[in-house]
Amino acid sequence: MNDVIISVQDLCKCFGDFTAVDHITFEVRRGEIFGFLGANGAGKTTAMRMLCGLSYPTSGSGRVAGFDVMTQGEQIKRHIGYMSQRFSLYDDLTVRENIRLYAGIYGLGRYETLRRTVSVLNRLHFRSEADTLVGSLPLGWKQKLAFSVATLHRPEVVFLDEPTGGVDPVTRRQFWEMIYEAAAGGTTVFVTTHYMDEAEYCSRVSIMVDGKIEALGAPAELKREFGAESMDELFRILARGAKRSE
Amino acid sequence: MTTPNAIEIAGLTKRYGTLTAVDHITFEVWRGELFGLIGPDGAGKTTLFRLLTTLLDPDEGRATVDGLDIVTQYREIRKRVGYMPGRFSLYPDLSVAENLEFFAALFGVKVEANYDLIAPIYRQIEPFRKRRAGKLSGGMKQKLALCCALIHRPSVLFLDEPTTGVDAVSRGEFWDMLFNLKRQGISILVSTPYMDEACRCDRIALCDNGHLLGIDTPAGIVAQFDEPLYALSGSDMYGLLLEARRADGVKECYPFGASHHLVVAEGFDAEAFERQLRQRGFKAVTVEPVQAGIEDVFMKLMQR
Repeated sequence: MNDVIISVQDLCKCFGDFTAVDHITFEVRRGEIFGFLGANGAGKTTAMRMLCGLSYPTSGSGRVAGFDVMTQGEQIKRHIGYMSQRFSLYDDLTVRENIRLYAGIYGLGRYETLRRTVSVLNRLHFRSEADTLVGSLPLGWKQKLAFSVATLHRPEVVFLDEPTGGVDPVTRRQFWEMIYEAAAGGTTVFVTTHYMDEAEYCSRVSIMVDGKIEALGAPAELKREFGAESMDELFRILARGAKRSE
Repeated sequence: MTTPNAIEIAGLTKRYGTLTAVDHITFEVWRGELFGLIGPDGAGKTTLFRLLTTLLDPDEGRATVDGLDIVTQYREIRKRVGYMPGRFSLYPDLSVAENLEFFAALFGVKVEANYDLIAPIYRQIEPFRKRRAGKLSGGMKQKLALCCALIHRPSVLFLDEPTTGVDAVSRGEFWDMLFNLKRQGISILVSTPYMDEACRCDRIALCDNGHLLGIDTPAGIVAQFDEPLYALSGSDMYGLLLEARRADGVKECYPFGASHHLVVAEGFDAEAFERQLRQRGFKAVTVEPVQAGIEDVFMKLMQR
């Protein structure tokens, strides 16, 4: 089906006798903002790395953007965008150089690179910062630029790993408006966050506990199902049941 | 003789070239207080921490910690403060137990002597005491870092964004630990980007661009919000956001969890606005007055 962009069945990842990701099954539809929630150590990052073609599953099956997660990791990488909280941009390259580098990695031609550089600089109101080293930008600016860079090649789906960690309330909202805008334009957004108000902005969320998906649905439905007032309360109800100590 | 405030800061200023990271800041932290520093990245919070822990010298102004001057009495201050920097700063190649012993040795104390203070925290990571610190998860690193900052029983504790990147449940547990330390008389200066944590402080200072925007209790900060505020929700939240920003009488509209918050002008007619949105095809629309929180005040001050 064309309107399902990510689909996984019984996906597992084991490290020795430790099962980091334990038979997860879910689908993400095209244009959704899918929130992938869980406590530290629940297995989110391991699961996300498999979806991004960065590591192969131990067992299970799945497709991301039309490619097989068991065999086509390289193809997946080319068709998705990925932004990690820790490292996305080179601090000692300028804004313009970072954009050019990623355009090159994603195989954009010289004309397209130029065109999209101008478009990113305009959209972020970064024109006067084009030749500033990324290392000297405030964190919130870096994260907005990292998002633009991760979607430079217009991927069908973009993975965001804690994009707003440590970012102030104003910039966090600006960031989420970029996510809304991308989703409204048809890009699927797969995002992790520890801010539960952000969980409310998602079309659907899943909550992982000890390697398994314990809840999956639209925020309003899940709150009703578990009798929680807010996503924060729901998260606490589920995460408190965790046995795994990180 | 009166006991000095835990921290006293007067006109403190630090410049890096043309950038003034901390710009004539003045405030004090009372003894036994849990004081929160709230501000965006680049507000100058980390520079302030580094000044107060005597790792940097100020360009202007003065400050005391535990009654001691940060410039002339830095040696004495270092014995009396605990500092947990924003970036993980333990030795990744040393085990949990070795890190703790190393920090105890630096301060010339025995781990056993102050074990009672760290016990509630250390017990949680003790099963992993032989694991290298670099191999710990985020939540455990943070607990170990707190133990290392406490091992010499400091009178003032400095915590620079201790819970960034930590999940909601672990954050709650971390703050329970802070309350426990506060009960034992330790004064705490903590910075955080989480507004729910700001609510748990005795007093907070909002800062931006090296300046303080306001200091008060959380309740006092909230009381500063003097404009009518409404919560808007409905089926197409992004559409509602764009629509509300175009509406007459709406000064600001921003996402706020399950709803959008609207800052409106006097005389705003919520019922008429709701009708208008329905007519434009929005479903399940509600517009209701709502109490402002710290986050609303912060947004307002920052956007000024």
